[in-house]
Amino acid sequence: MSVYAVLFYVLAGLTALSAVAVVLTTSIVRAATWLLFTLAGTAGIFFLLGADFLGAGQLLIYVGGTLVLVVFGVMLTTQDPRLNLQIGVAEWLIGLVTSLALLGVLVVSLAGLQEPPDAPEGPRSLPPSRQLGAVLLGDTRATPVAPLTGTPQLNYYARVRVHYLLPFELLSVHLLVVLIGAAYLARAKRRRVDAQPPTSSSAQGVAP
Amino acid sequence: MSAKWGLTELFQAWGFSYPGSAEILAALTSAVLLVGFIALAALFFIWLERKVSARIQDRLGPTRVGGYIGWAQSIADGIKLFVKEDLVPAAADGWLFRLAPYVAFCGTFVAFIALPFADGWSAYTSGMGVFAIGVLFMLAVLSTEVFGVILAGCSSGNKWALYGGMREAAQMVSYEVPMALCVLVPVLLAGTLDLGAITRQQSGWFFNWFVFHDPFTFVAFWTYFTCAVASCKRAPFDLAEAESELVAGFHTEYSGLRWAFFFMAEYGTMFAVSGIATHLFLGGWNLGLPVWSLFGAPADLAAWLPWPHPILSVGNLLNAGIFTFKCFLLVTVMMWLRWTLPRIRIDQVMSACLIYLLPISCVVLMGVCLWQLFVPPWWRIVVAYSLAAGWTVFVLAVGVRLFSSTSQFPQASNVAAIR
Repeated sequence: MSVYAVLFYVLAGLTALSAVAVVLTTSIVRAATWLLFTLAGTAGIFFLLGADFLGAGQLLIYVGGTLVLVVFGVMLTTQDPRLNLQIGVAEWLIGLVTSLALLGVLVVSLAGLQEPPDAPEGPRSLPPSRQLGAVLLGDTRATPVAPLTGTPQLNYYARVRVHYLLPFELLSVHLLVVLIGAAYLARAKRRRVDAQPPTSSSAQGVAP
Repeated sequence: MSAKWGLTELFQAWGFSYPGSAEILAALTSAVLLVGFIALAALFFIWLERKVSARIQDRLGPTRVGGYIGWAQSIADGIKLFVKEDLVPAAADGWLFRLAPYVAFCGTFVAFIALPFADGWSAYTSGMGVFAIGVLFMLAVLSTEVFGVILAGCSSGNKWALYGGMREAAQMVSYEVPMALCVLVPVLLAGTLDLGAITRQQSGWFFNWFVFHDPFTFVAFWTYFTCAVASCKRAPFDLAEAESELVAGFHTEYSGLRWAFFFMAEYGTMFAVSGIATHLFLGGWNLGLPVWSLFGAPADLAAWLPWPHPILSVGNLLNAGIFTFKCFLLVTVMMWLRWTLPRIRIDQVMSACLIYLLPISCVVLMGVCLWQLFVPPWWRIVVAYSLAAGWTVFVLAVGVRLFSSTSQFPQASNVAAIR
């Protein structure tokens, strides 16, 4: 068993354990911490498999996301940041049914998998992020083996078809709508103050 | 460049042929070197911070331990912290309280494994001696350090600590956006996210540095540096600590080694964000004054004296020294800011980011795109040269003014003479 296999099993085991701990713990801040470990472990597996961009994206998005989760968990639950979450029977049942269904789907799809062919030996040369951008803009001629040089070559990609740009833009607009909605919901609601003249006694009391 | 490879291949070449042994040895060597570097740099920076603050406040600073300049003060502090009582408050969430400093330190440490100190000298390479997304990776893991700080604030069972943690969260979520937009500017110019490749495009004289590329990159550098100071929670953005308001903020309840871990993380992060700034804007490991290139030698030192190994060459060692020196200079500027500027209020922190820095970074990003598309090449060269020349003259003038000015206050010798 190679070093990479050992590392994979260790990482996958830790990720799975912390995922279980997210569910089992009753403190919301602890659950968020375990969630951070789960997502960081997933990012580690991406790095181990050579998908650097995906791993860094996972870290960038989900570490910040977990952070916001902690903040809202602390601010929105109660005065006590270490609130214990109680789980009722109904939640147990719903969770059990959902997770069993998901497990079934995963097992069925795993059973249909075949063992991948052995990866070719030698140094891995992955496409740089420049090509990711090119593919996103619809260039289908980006070859997966490109020399990783310092200076970018001045070949302008011919845009064949818009492949992922439309879904990307749709997602951006969707996120923008969500952002504005969240800002609308979370804005400070000012009560309309009735214009009443202050009584003379209080005005005198306030005056220095 | 000829063959580029990492420590793993180096150990394999030295005869560690058992499968996996070279990888493990390379990983251990990198980890030990990096942890040692961060710890030593933190010790040095703490001493430097004391001396810089003393100089700015017209004091002497540490003078007792280690001669007149007090070089051993950090070591003495370290010993004191090591033997200090380690306590966990009864109201704290013990497990999270113990975990938080390590989360903070791990974030900083993991950022360092993508930081190339010289050509090919980064701990992690994804094949061919480069890490194709280095700068994105560093930005991603540096936010984990902030998570440790917020965790410390939430788990301390202390209202001051909780305030500090929440402030840090609000500050970090806001300042990440303009910081990332400013990082995009040199990435856009270079066409790659690989820090080493970005630096290799800035070799040669210092007007090749991206900070002098056009007016927009010049603004982007200062905007990035402001956001970087905020992301290190350094004054004037140290709302998470705010000694005069929140006792000590997020680390109110910490003592001993755990407290020391927070400070190693803070000084490590300062070095890491300075390293990103150096690579993106300030030419990375290039000196900027390659006088030797006038005599026909290559401007980049990396291939000079390839002994004992192409990657462990003497030239690369010099490059690493130049890079570290530039980062130290930027860290010193951060200290200078800390001891000169007063802390700004939380609403000022937010408005500085959302009203000023965010629009500036958006304009800079658009401007650099338009500059690349529409400005003719000769005009670009004229602007780059005049920016570089103007900045050099400015720095020299300030330096001359600083070192030639006489004090307005009577010196001790003058006082004696008057008497």
